[in-house]
Amino acid sequence: MQFVLNGASVDVSAHPMRRLLDVLREECHLTGTKEGCGEGECGACTVLVNGESAVSCLVPFGQVDGAEVRTIEGLGGDHPLQRAFMREVGAQCGICTPGMIMAALALPPNASLGRVREALAGNLCRCTGYEAIYRAVRTAYELPVKPAAVGE
Amino acid sequence: MKTALAPLTVQRPRSLHAALAMLRDAPDAVPIAGCTDVYVALNFGTQAGSRFLDLSALAPLRRIEQRGDTLSIGALATHTALIRSRLVRGRLPMLVAAAREVGGVQIQNRGTIGGNVANASPAGDTLPVLAVADAVVVLRDARAERRVPFNAFYTGYRTSVRRPDELIVAIEVPPLVGTQWFRKVGTRAAQAISKVVMAGVRGPSVRLALGSVAATVVRLPRTEAALTNGASLDDAGRVLADEIAPIDDLRSTAAYRRAVAVNLVRSFWSETA
Repeated sequence: MQFVLNGASVDVSAHPMRRLLDVLREECHLTGTKEGCGEGECGACTVLVNGESAVSCLVPFGQVDGAEVRTIEGLGGDHPLQRAFMREVGAQCGICTPGMIMAALALPPNASLGRVREALAGNLCRCTGYEAIYRAVRTAYELPVKPAAVGE
Repeated sequence: MKTALAPLTVQRPRSLHAALAMLRDAPDAVPIAGCTDVYVALNFGTQAGSRFLDLSALAPLRRIEQRGDTLSIGALATHTALIRSRLVRGRLPMLVAAAREVGGVQIQNRGTIGGNVANASPAGDTLPVLAVADAVVVLRDARAERRVPFNAFYTGYRTSVRRPDELIVAIEVPPLVGTQWFRKVGTRAAQAISKVVMAGVRGPSVRLALGSVAATVVRLPRTEAALTNGASLDDAGRVLADEIAPIDDLRSTAAYRRAVAVNLVRSFWSETA
């Protein structure tokens, strides 16, 4: 079955009822997408399907036939959101982080705290208490401030 | 995923005509679309059946349109589509409010209104809205189409008049006069199944429906009549407390639900004044 994965056309054979999550991790070897609850409650396995966020534990592989799928790996590692999560320490154990970032992609720059909270309401974090995550999302697209020199 | 995949079969028809023919020939097939309920059960190994009919390619069933004075919502319209639809925002803002409280954004993006109706949970978020809107469920089999009033659709806990060879193809909503109101009470705003969920319309007559207080979503004819006829809120609250028979379960208690339902009627009345 053909679909577009992180911008590249791929052909993967798997059972059409297999979870997209398992196909990504086990067939495509993209393990950045995490399994948390396996029942669509936690958002850890969030990916984009045709530009819209979805929890990949509830998506049958057959439904991505011809679709465009984007995972955390597709951001490359230097995306403003990824840098902001590092800068603001928006992670502790890190299991929720890829899903948080994929869900946050739907937000425009300078989203209000209310909108950020709503956009991430489907993503649970059991470590951080969310404040650093919200700060990371809200500051992701700010112009980089030259870091102050730190004395040795 | 606890369900073994090998025995599962799935068909993904490209037209409604083909889908209905497949269902006629295999009425035991479970129709799937957004999969936000079915995959929870598959993940836990509790989903009945091994044949599935994937409706997700039937684009015409995603349409939301006005036909005459009726709002017609295709069964495959997602909650996100309801939230974004200018037509739904204008005509049925309480449905937008309900759709915004379904799961999180990821679930809203995939879950469909047809699925919410078909899943027949007594806690379904959009169901009290459809009940007070006097919506109509459009069912179709390979031969014909029929329309069933939403308030006659459910026959008991998770059962409905839909025959196995029928698909829900649309939900129709007639014109509605009055101020619309929706409120869901759960443990948190997102991702929580409701303890009590209520929709109301305050117009020439009052309409009220509650979810999570009975085996199905219920209209409250006695409470509606009391409020329509000018009863005091205290009296209406007493009628309501007597009219519903909620149960204790893992999400809440009967006493809590009854008290919250009465409080919700008070909020409905003051917020639509």
